[in-house]
Amino acid sequence: MFQDIGEMLILFWRTLQSLPQLWRQRLKTFDQLFEIGNASLLMACILSIFIGGVLALQTGPVMVERGLSSLIGGIVGLSVCKELAPVMMAVLIAGRIGSAMAAEIGSMRVYQEIDALKTMNINPIHYLVLPRVVAISLALPLLVVFAIMVGWMGGALVSVYNTDIGISFTSYFNNLRSVVEPSDVVNGLIKSFVFAVTIGVVCCHQGLRTIGGPRGIGRSVTKAVVNSIVMILILDYVVTRILLYFNL
Amino acid sequence: MSQAAQNQRPSVSVQIQGLRKSFGEVEVLHGIDLKIAPREVFVIMGPSGSGKSVLLKHLIGLETPDAGDVLIDGHSIQSPGMLERYRLAMVFQSGALLNSLTVAENVGLYLTEHQLLPQDEIDQIVKQKLEALGLKGQEDRMPEELSGGMKKRVAIARALVIDPQIILYDEPTSELDPLIAVTIGQEIKRLNQENDVTSIVVSHDRDLAFGIADRIALLEDGQVLQVGTPKELAESKNEKVQKFLNASFQF
Ligand SMILES: Nc1ncnc2c1ncn2[C@@H]1O[C@H](COP(=O)(O)OP(=O)(O)OP(=O)(O)O)[C@@H](O)[C@H]1O
Ligand SMILES: [Mg+2]
Repeated sequence: MFQDIGEMLILFWRTLQSLPQLWRQRLKTFDQLFEIGNASLLMACILSIFIGGVLALQTGPVMVERGLSSLIGGIVGLSVCKELAPVMMAVLIAGRIGSAMAAEIGSMRVYQEIDALKTMNINPIHYLVLPRVVAISLALPLLVVFAIMVGWMGGALVSVYNTDIGISFTSYFNNLRSVVEPSDVVNGLIKSFVFAVTIGVVCCHQGLRTIGGPRGIGRSVTKAVVNSIVMILILDYVVTRILLYFNL
Repeated sequence: MSQAAQNQRPSVSVQIQGLRKSFGEVEVLHGIDLKIAPREVFVIMGPSGSGKSVLLKHLIGLETPDAGDVLIDGHSIQSPGMLERYRLAMVFQSGALLNSLTVAENVGLYLTEHQLLPQDEIDQIVKQKLEALGLKGQEDRMPEELSGGMKKRVAIARALVIDPQIILYDEPTSELDPLIAVTIGQEIKRLNQENDVTSIVVSHDRDLAFGIADRIALLEDGQVLQVGTPKELAESKNEKVQKFLNASFQF
């Protein structure tokens, strides 16, 4: 496990070093971006509506009972943008995109395609890892912005139409606007960027170190997704803690 | 890659010195010494599992030896930048085509990735190489749509595009029908003569080996049994050599 972490840090460092190659690899990066968007936008949308909705559903009736119904917008708004949207989108992307990355690179490894690249003096990090890590790092924060807005809408819908809550759209969004600062959204975006880089590096690393034929690919995919999610949840705390020092 | 390295490409020698390699507990190569001269067609034969593919991978730096070294033109293949200094190409036993790319993209990959030529010139070269290997009109197909033999030929085309000084073939004629096998053999020989390529061919195919080889090495269990010209091998007194070379169906 410590060896894994060491290897991942090295891979991360090499990927950073290869950033000057990005312009050359731009087409592959666009391809990846397109694929990520295509594969995850609809799912992100549905997921976010329900996340916002269930938050309102859980907190709303309790708040209404205690005469705090005017605060529902702020609670849902904050929780979605600082915590739930970044984490849930990261988990979604780890499962949807990270697994595909690990599988694709893993099969290239098993079928000697990566060896073939090396014999052609093509660096697999430039050719495979860089476009994927960059694409996911751009896509996930964008997806999170989208998820935040949809999540707020989900919360609003439940707050208005659930008979136990039944507040107005205006009161929900007025409170949300007065509680949620732009810096809270930035907080969510910074987190999601960290998660994205983590998913990219973890999944590419698992793919690259695949051994043992087609069965090895399956093992790599499982490990890639599980490790990504574990890292996301641990880093979630760490990054939150660090951002608090900066009053974010 | 510098322009100079592209234009002048002297033929180079390959020297294998005391090469040893283990995977886990099992030693696969037990100290191999071979000298391959520039412009030579050198064929490595041997039974399945004798370590031929592993040896070949060492020659292009895909495996790191436990002991010993491989010298290309006197320089260790392990030293950095060797693949920029010398043009090496390898045809994998399985072809190892990139499954996400079309045939044409696979063949042109080296040139596009290193941005050596404008795209229309690359397309031209790719077309020409594919035609030479009997793959006319297959440019836009995906590797998974090809037969084993076609994949092999695409892999050969991809190696040729590099315009290599040394080319390593791992079983170039397995999975090919006898007719195409002959064509490939002739192609290997022609390339070797016209472009001064040092060619190292791993093969079980006796006809191919005796047809094209300047010298043949017989490998068994990770050791060199005998090295020599086809004639010397055919006249070998070594029982194992005779057994391998004369194995045939007897009913
Ligand atoms: N990556 C690896 N890990 C463990 N063992 C390996 C590895 N690669 C090769 N071997 C072992 O090394 C030995 C030689 O394998 P190699 O592929 O070189 O055989 P070969 O001579 O090319 O056979 P064939 O003619 O069937 O291709 C085999 O016993 C194989 O099990
Ligand atoms: Mg082999």
